[in-house]
Amino acid sequence: MKARHKRLAFIVAGVIAILIAAALILNAFQSNLVFFFTPTQVVNGEAPQNVNFRIGGLVEQGSLKRAGNSLAIEFVVTDTVKKINVVYSGILPDLFREGKGVVAQGKLDNKGIFHADNVLAKHDENYMPPEAAEALKRAGTINQQTGKTLVLPDTKP
Amino acid sequence: MIPELGHFSLILALALAVMQSGFSFKGASANQPVLMSIGISAARGQFIFSGLAFLSLAYAFYTSDFSVLYVASNSNVALPLQYKLAAIWGGHEGSMLLWAMTLSLWTMAVTLFSRHLPEQFRARLIGTMGLISVGFLVFILFSSNPFDRLIPAAMDGRSLNPLLQDPGMVFHPPVLYMGYVGFSVAFAFAIAALLGGELNPEWARWTRTWTTVAWIFLTVGIAFGSRWAYYELGWGGWWFWDAVENASFMPWLVGTALIHSLAVTEKRDAFKMWTVLLAIFAFSLSLLGTFLVRSGVLTSVHAFASDPTRGLFILIFLGLVIGGALTLFAIRAPSVGLGGKFGVVSRESFLLSNNVVMVVAAGVVMLGTLYPLFLDALGMGKISVGPPYFNLVFVPVMTPAIFMMGLAIFARWKNAELPALMVRLKWAFLVSVVSALIVPSVMGEWKPMVSFGLLMAFWVIASACVSLLDRFKTNSTSLLNTIIDLPKAYLGMIVAHMGVAVFIIGVTLVNGYGKEQDLRMTPGQSVKVDSFTFEFQGISQDTGPNYMTTKGHFIVTHGNGTPFTLEPEKRSYDQDSMPMTEAAINPGLIRDLYVSLGEPLDQGAWAVRIYIKPFVQWIWAGCLMMAAGGILALLDPRYRRRNKDKQGASL
Repeated sequence: MKARHKRLAFIVAGVIAILIAAALILNAFQSNLVFFFTPTQVVNGEAPQNVNFRIGGLVEQGSLKRAGNSLAIEFVVTDTVKKINVVYSGILPDLFREGKGVVAQGKLDNKGIFHADNVLAKHDENYMPPEAAEALKRAGTINQQTGKTLVLPDTKP
Repeated sequence: MIPELGHFSLILALALAVMQSGFSFKGASANQPVLMSIGISAARGQFIFSGLAFLSLAYAFYTSDFSVLYVASNSNVALPLQYKLAAIWGGHEGSMLLWAMTLSLWTMAVTLFSRHLPEQFRARLIGTMGLISVGFLVFILFSSNPFDRLIPAAMDGRSLNPLLQDPGMVFHPPVLYMGYVGFSVAFAFAIAALLGGELNPEWARWTRTWTTVAWIFLTVGIAFGSRWAYYELGWGGWWFWDAVENASFMPWLVGTALIHSLAVTEKRDAFKMWTVLLAIFAFSLSLLGTFLVRSGVLTSVHAFASDPTRGLFILIFLGLVIGGALTLFAIRAPSVGLGGKFGVVSRESFLLSNNVVMVVAAGVVMLGTLYPLFLDALGMGKISVGPPYFNLVFVPVMTPAIFMMGLAIFARWKNAELPALMVRLKWAFLVSVVSALIVPSVMGEWKPMVSFGLLMAFWVIASACVSLLDRFKTNSTSLLNTIIDLPKAYLGMIVAHMGVAVFIIGVTLVNGYGKEQDLRMTPGQSVKVDSFTFEFQGISQDTGPNYMTTKGHFIVTHGNGTPFTLEPEKRSYDQDSMPMTEAAINPGLIRDLYVSLGEPLDQGAWAVRIYIKPFVQWIWAGCLMMAAGGILALLDPRYRRRNKDKQGASL
């Protein structure tokens, strides 16, 4: 009898421990997901404010500006349709180039400027970061769609 | 001519692999020694021809034969010899060939060192490994042939990604693969046990040696990779929770669980089903790692191919291996039996709990790694799961495991008394709590996370020391003799556990007290970080074997010590204009100084990264200690003697 109770208690404790662990893990998972938005989505107001997310696209030619006495940087990320101003302070990755793909992670302020705390490029010149490629691809389809549905009234808020 | 020979050898290797598994399985089920020995000969032949294929490819790289497409796209004339050879595994096709070759190497070793195993069991083992070989060789021959010709031949090759032109490239992939592929032996052991419906402690002892060898390779391989990322990527990080890193870490976690669980199966004849399941998981995760890294699902420095058919093939193969193994497990596991019983508080139960924690930790890593891929594959949007998730979850999950590590050393097999354990460890606990509270203040600033991390590390060290002291007390001879007389397996365990502690100390202190500064510096300017003064003297141009480099010159002074220079570089490889950051590191036992150049700014100024990384070397030292512990355990004569006795008896 005693041994059985002991075993039962052990199993119950184990199950409770696993449930608590699972709840904590899933909660942490939920709150640390970083979503991705294309510049078009951000300009359309689909992206949240004061939450970390990622944007991707091309660094617009001639848009990179540096501050004179610090590492502050400004550049424009575009998916060829819409543009976002990005500010960043720090060292850019080796493969950051105007006209090339880039992914930035950070927050959007209420003026529509993206404050990046992380700028990612790729490891190899021959690849574009997948998020950047995705942004361009989606922008491409949107172009086609709007091209076909030009007669419809603009329903965007 | 040589590449054709290589291609032909590969086809022969495939034919021999088919024979290897066919004859072995047939021989095992019909209990025909002749068929089983044909299987073994075929396995050895497979090794010879896979090896020949690999050497042919190496020869093509050595002679820069650009009429081979794979050589032309991964090497060039200017590449230094060691990188020409490392370029063999610099791309998708060659790394698959390395995989297959490594597998045939392990198979060869198994045929040589398994004479004392029962014939049928041995045949099933070799047959299973043959099936895996068949899968990989088919994959190489039909979708990723490294011997494809390029007609007309290229004048020069495209060269190796500059990031990969590093000594790390020479060691990291082969060592890591030895680990990944080595788990195939444990996997084959599990399948053979399930097929035969019997799992004998003697076989578990045999498998333990093999799994430990694979685990040592994997540990060292991961440590190499981490060290490489630290100095090469110019970010000063040692682990990024990047999907490809996780791909190697998951099999490591499960493999670690497996070597502990095998110990219980061997000594106590318990955990049988669990051991078999872990062996299946460890190898499945190795395959999953290969899939993640090599299929182009992930874009990173490790991923080459974006050819969807390849990914699909590996995915189907993965499904067959895991699905097949788990189905077999579901059908046959009851016949293997549960094994010995044990009490709620016993060494077994501590080891089992730790095993569960390790598997949960691997699950946590898997969730964060695969979930974004699933969402993406289903077209439900792109998300990413960053380091915060892993750090937040991984530490609390592993905490009980670290705590139990200390207890498990003292718990007796079968049944232990919790109060007795507490009495024996009260001093160890007290010492670790007090020092964990004091040490962070001595380091400069008391931080709760640092104190907590150190508590874990000190607890492991203190409990290991108490255990060592106990051994010394019972032995009246001199200290040195006692150490020599300690069983190697025990000593290995202590060293490996101390390695975990050293690793935790490194991680805790570098996270807690690391200093990072990104600055704009003009020549002549100096900056003080912590107690070090860094003076930027300017830059100079230089050339390497196949690159141009811009060198920054920094003079570092610290108190009254002699000043020394650090020269970080910005390299640009002739082939393409891709720039590369080479950090300059002054490594030390208690801190690393890390300087890397960013980009040139106006007026001769440069963006500069200056990091101070306290105790960062301890991270890799800890990993090497874990591996050293594994090697010590292998040296334990207990394993070899019994194996030899058996061989002698059968002769």
